[in-house]
Formats: sequence, C-alpha cells, structure tokens
Amino acid sequence: MAEFASPYARTLGLTQVRESGRIVVTMPPGEGVAGRPGFLHGGAIGGLLDYAAWVAVMDALDEGAAIKPVGITVDFMRGGKMEDAHASARIVRMGRRIANVAATAWQEDEAKPIATATLKFLVVRPS
Amino acid sequence: MTPDFDPAMLIAMMTGRNHNGLLGTQYSAHGDDWCELCLPYRDDLVGDAASGIIASGPIITMMDSATSISVWLATKKFRPQATLDLRVDYLRPAGPGKTVYGRGECYKVTKSIAFVRGEAHDGDPARPLAHVAGTYMFTDG
Repeated sequence: MAEFASPYARTLGLTQVRESGRIVVTMPPGEGVAGRPGFLHGGAIGGLLDYAAWVAVMDALDEGAAIKPVGITVDFMRGGKMEDAHASARIVRMGRRIANVAATAWQEDEAKPIATATLKFLVVRPS
Repeated sequence: MTPDFDPAMLIAMMTGRNHNGLLGTQYSAHGDDWCELCLPYRDDLVGDAASGIIASGPIITMMDSATSISVWLATKKFRPQATLDLRVDYLRPAGPGKTVYGRGECYKVTKSIAFVRGEAHDGDPARPLAHVAGTYMFTDG
C-alpha cells in the first residue's frame, strides 16, 4: 500500500483499503461533505475521485517518482446520497511522462456509478 | 428579475456551511452572470504535505459552487440544477500560503442546460492557476 495520505484526505475523513489488486477509497457522509440538503456536494465527490486517482498512480510508480496534475473531467451521473461513497481508479495508460487515469465513484452498487472522472498526470521520474 | 430573487441569500446559502463550510470557502464578488468565491489557505487543505500545495479537491468544490451560483445570477432565478460535468485544467500549482480566488461565469443558457466557465488564481488574475468548463442541467422540468 502506498503510504500516501494528504492533509486534505484527512479533512474529508477518507480511508483506503487494498481490495482485489486495487485501492478503494471511502468517504464517510456528514455535514462537512454535504451540498444541497440530503446530498453530497459535487466538489466532495470530485475530491474523492481525484484522491483515488492519486493513490492509484502513486501506487503504480517506483519510489522517488512524483506526479503533477494536468487536468480532471468529472461526469456526474446520480446525486450522492448521505451514506458512504467509494472510489477507485484504473490506470488506462502509464506512459513515460503522462499517466491517463479513469476513476469511478459509487455507493451501494459499483455498477451504478454516482460519478466518473478522467484524469491526466505528468509523471516526474527520478533521474 | 423575480421579486424573491436575492443573490446575497443564495450566496450565503452556498457558503459558510456544509462542504463549503468545512473548506472555508467565502464570498468575494459577483456581477450579472458571474460569481467569485475565495478559499483562504489552510494547512488541512493541502494535497501533499511536503510541497504545501493546496489539493485539487478544494479547487473543484470552489469552482463548482462559483459556477453554480453564476447560473442563478445569469437566469435571475433560483432553479434546482444538477452538475452534469466539470473539467478543470491545472495551469500551475497554487502558491503555498496564498488565498485562491475562483470566478465562475454562466455564458449560455438553453431551456434545459446552462454552460459555464471559470478561472482560478492566487492573487493575480493575469496568472490563472486553473481553467474550468462545465454544464448544469435544470432539474425542475
């Protein structure tokens, strides 16, 4: 497990577990991640997807490598309910300089995502 | 403008509590079709403790909130809406210790969809740190 836990991830209360070869990040519900009444804030879901992508890329890289975010596009598909939200990311392509990543967030059923995201990171490898 | 449309009330509703309350997002300014929020620097919003650079998540939240408010300002009406998508391009990292400003603008509204764009900077609008584009769907019909 990559020992990557940011202060922001702690602020959101994110936890992560390795599960069948991937890392699943979980965000607990609460007023601090709420948007409109009864639903999660889209930005909190975006932050969860972003963090899941970070840990997936860091986990795939050798010690000493660093990544810089280039961009994220989030597609929101369902309102996030006030319950645990999970996210996991898949590395679509790990290039020498760019990592292309796809992240999915879901609640009770992974087959019904609440949001997905595509992300690009610049990879800085130790020389 | 409908008589009950009150930008100050809407902006207060969107800041100071819930997820924006947790992050500390504040109102900065607004106009006919735009709203600017700001996010004072805090250690617990950092994405990587070694660099002190603020995480992407708080920027996404601020830009989602600023562009969301810009739709209501542009339509002069509060209508329930859902974010369909939001794209954030990171042009450069935010300076550690600096307040980040996020300005969202609604530039086109159709019957069902509102199109938004925005920029974030950390003190100099001529040196943006992020560009944003997104769409919202009205959920009341």
